[in-house]
Amino acid sequence: MQTAKLILRNALRHKLRTALTLLGLVVAILAFGLLSTVVDAWYAGAKAASTARLITRNAISLVFSLPPSYEQKIRQVEGVSQVSIANWFGGIYKEPKNFFPQFAVDAHNYFDLFPEFVIDPSARRDFQRDRKGAVVGRKLAETYGFKVGDGVTLKGTIFPGNWDFVVRAIYDGRDQSVDTSQFFFHWDYLNETMKRTAPRRANQVGIYVVELSNPGRAAEISREIDTQFANSLAETLTETEKAFQLSFVSMIEAIVVAIRLVSFLVIFIILAVMANTMAMTARERSAEYATLKALGFPPRFVVGLIVGESLAIAAVGGCLGIALTFPVAAAFGRATGSLFPVFTVSIETVALQAACTLGVGLVAAAWPGRYAARVNIVDGLRAIA
Amino acid sequence: MNLISLDGVVKSYRRGEQTVAVLSGVSLDIGAGEFLALMGPSGSGKSTLLNLLAGIDRPDEGHIVVAGVDIVGLGERALADWRAAHIGFIFQFYNLMPVLSALENVELPLLLTSLSRAERRQRATLALQLVGLSDRLEHRPNELSGGQQQRVAVARALVVDPTLIVADEPTGDLDRDSAAEVMSLLCRLNEEMGKTIVMVTHDSRAAAHARAVMHLDKGELSRREELRA
Repeated sequence: MQTAKLILRNALRHKLRTALTLLGLVVAILAFGLLSTVVDAWYAGAKAASTARLITRNAISLVFSLPPSYEQKIRQVEGVSQVSIANWFGGIYKEPKNFFPQFAVDAHNYFDLFPEFVIDPSARRDFQRDRKGAVVGRKLAETYGFKVGDGVTLKGTIFPGNWDFVVRAIYDGRDQSVDTSQFFFHWDYLNETMKRTAPRRANQVGIYVVELSNPGRAAEISREIDTQFANSLAETLTETEKAFQLSFVSMIEAIVVAIRLVSFLVIFIILAVMANTMAMTARERSAEYATLKALGFPPRFVVGLIVGESLAIAAVGGCLGIALTFPVAAAFGRATGSLFPVFTVSIETVALQAACTLGVGLVAAAWPGRYAARVNIVDGLRAIA
Repeated sequence: MNLISLDGVVKSYRRGEQTVAVLSGVSLDIGAGEFLALMGPSGSGKSTLLNLLAGIDRPDEGHIVVAGVDIVGLGERALADWRAAHIGFIFQFYNLMPVLSALENVELPLLLTSLSRAERRQRATLALQLVGLSDRLEHRPNELSGGQQQRVAVARALVVDPTLIVADEPTGDLDRDSAAEVMSLLCRLNEEMGKTIVMVTHDSRAAAHARAVMHLDKGELSRREELRA
């Protein structure tokens, strides 16, 4: 007979109580994992950002554009290896609920700056040759059933009218952290159309994407670019791609903080439930602990029984919760569509879930363990009568 | 030859603001191989006396020497080790671990020894055979009658081959037939194996199985009756 056997049998002694505690743990660890993944999803863009890229935008606001002539000046700054452009399009595909990011980009070099977007070279050439061509991400293509050669019409909101495109390429992500829910098309198509329909809105660039030959000089080059356009009609603000992405997250930071708080609150609640379960257990077994001590078992043995039981219950609940996080997160990601372009459970989230499981198991056993260690033998033996 | 010597043992308890004297200067000698029954009214201090000589409680004053060791001077850890090696406990409500089988319950005190698993199993099985439960090895306490549970407890007390067996109202929760079985078992342990037994009881029928009965009243030993040689 081993101590482990005694611990496991004790854990299964009140099956309903243990089952309900386990259920609570599973739900709590699952909820924690899911909420952490939601938070991660918001930071996915920033996490995937390259340190070798800068974003230059209008210093007043992202709403204001920059002239195309800035490209040459930025290219001449020492340490800049490539420059490309992008405009936020903001179109509607069939219905307003079908939201996905759309960008008008420089078809010739934009994807050179984003090696994480993996495109078949011949498909990319097809895209570059077709002024109405579009490149769509794999996730987006799967969501709406887009195939190469399909026609796609977007209704412009910022740029009025119906815009027709032909899907020429589908890109994949280099890894799971890459957003494959985006839609790219020719900036020239947008610009030429605007020249015809609204000439005053033509020749406008939303952002410049700047590739650096040495990422270590990012701060210095950012300052240099912005100095070039100081006191001009369109002053610039240059920042790392990560900082640019984080500026979007900061707009909803309060929500992110609230989600984080709720996720830890869930863990705290299950900790209280588990601690109560273990405290009840310890009180009920006072006579057994007293008997063990009378037989000569040291206090650390009875503490070990309680800690072991608490850890065993927490481990089973935690492992089930972690295992369930993956399919539930996948279903959640599908259900939310393009709201969270990257929705994958990270290693950090699993590690946090495991740490919370361990923490709950240990903390829940702390008071009952102390109680059991201090049970007076005579008083404990009397407790049975 | 005395196995146990109590000298001037004083014990009191605090109940709220009040201090209640339970034993007031008890001195007592118990010889090796004795089977002594302690009797007395409720609150007379007999269970307290039993707890003190079993080393699960400590006196306020006095000395308790068991097999040459003054247990009053032992630290908690040393006292626990001493109990594991020298004392076999039999409780009124059996105090078996409900999640363990009869065999595992008897094996429990042997976990504190250096015996191998096979040796522990062998000794526990033998102890259960001695108390007539060789056909109940894998039964859990809730699958046994009260008398059978108490016999498992006797086997658990016996398995470490203790210097002293202490029994606190061993028949208190049993019917007459089961009580008689348990008492005859204790008699066998005493007569055939030479075990020293100190038993607290209210039951005069149970006390009649002992070799001697000692009466306690208001924390003092009043008289000793020799029942058998």
